[in-house]
Amino acid sequence: MRDVVRDVVRDVVRDGPPVVGDGAPACDEVSGVTRMPPHLAVRSAVRQGVSVAVATGLYGVSFGALSVAAGIGVLPTMVLSLLMFSGGSQFAVVGIVGAGGSPFAAVATAALLGARNALYGAVVTPILRVHGPRRIAAAHLTIDESTAVATGQPDAPTGGRASRTGFWVTGVGVFVLWNALTLLGALAGNAMGDPRRWGLDAAAAAAFLALVWPRLAPRSAQVVAAIAVVVSVALIPVVPAGVPVLAAAASAVVVGLVAGPKGASA
Amino acid sequence: MTGAVLWGTVLAASVACLALKVAGHLIPEHWLADPRVSRVTSLVTVALLASLVVVQTLGEGQGLAVDARLPALAVAAIALALRAPFVVVVILAAAAAAGLRALGWG
Repeated sequence: MRDVVRDVVRDVVRDGPPVVGDGAPACDEVSGVTRMPPHLAVRSAVRQGVSVAVATGLYGVSFGALSVAAGIGVLPTMVLSLLMFSGGSQFAVVGIVGAGGSPFAAVATAALLGARNALYGAVVTPILRVHGPRRIAAAHLTIDESTAVATGQPDAPTGGRASRTGFWVTGVGVFVLWNALTLLGALAGNAMGDPRRWGLDAAAAAAFLALVWPRLAPRSAQVVAAIAVVVSVALIPVVPAGVPVLAAAASAVVVGLVAGPKGASA
Repeated sequence: MTGAVLWGTVLAASVACLALKVAGHLIPEHWLADPRVSRVTSLVTVALLASLVVVQTLGEGQGLAVDARLPALAVAAIALALRAPFVVVVILAAAAAAGLRALGWG
């Protein structure tokens, strides 16, 4: 199950927003799968959403503990999980604040990492078809996991019930568990004392590695990651904390614009 | 960071991320349909995360340091290659670093 989701996330990440509800080949391709009776498809989407929510929610514990260890209090830590609600951006704020980076670097990095959620929004809007306050709720719940489960359902091209159910179950499930377990981790982290003794600094590095890992399949991503590593190692000793991360992002923009679609499809 | 600056950072970053999510639901779809937009966005995500791995593994104030974090990251990479779940990867890395430090290294 997890592997299915991981592959879906990878596809969303690799290919960008699929053209939902358009493009006959995609519809033909899934028509064999949509023969599953609708109620079974919905039940399968619920199961998938719940398992993703549990797996994702669990690492809210590590976020809470790391955030407190970085000197961000329990209350600001909860604001990050409740209001920002995007794992990569949250870990980035914690990493940069913990390293003594500037507020500008922390905000800019969080926003740049959050930019992909805007792309996901464009993907799930035609599936969800909601308006008013529910649209704001849908926007807030638009993250890697909810997008992956929604677009991974066989009826996603037509915005069917299984894909809508998958989105909401995953989004709400991750939101509830992520916040509950962030609180647990923050309270536990507060009681743990020196974070280095528990290896929490290494846990933060591992968290970023786990976040980037499924995105490294395309050749262009591997090249960009290698450049980012070199740029970061070179700049850390000479520029203020947080700046190496932004410089790495700038290098990716250059590669993305120069390399062209050929590089991206490798 | 003082309390006020920290709160300002947390709130500004949170509002920026939320605004981006809302924008994705409101702006016309074709604005984001340009393949360059999705390509650059996904590559920027990769670069930011890869850079954060380096900063978190080797950064020590305004400098580089090799300590227990580097072998712990190798443990995390092996766990990821074996398709371990996120939370297991994080716990194994923490345990590796904590263990090495308990032995007096890094």
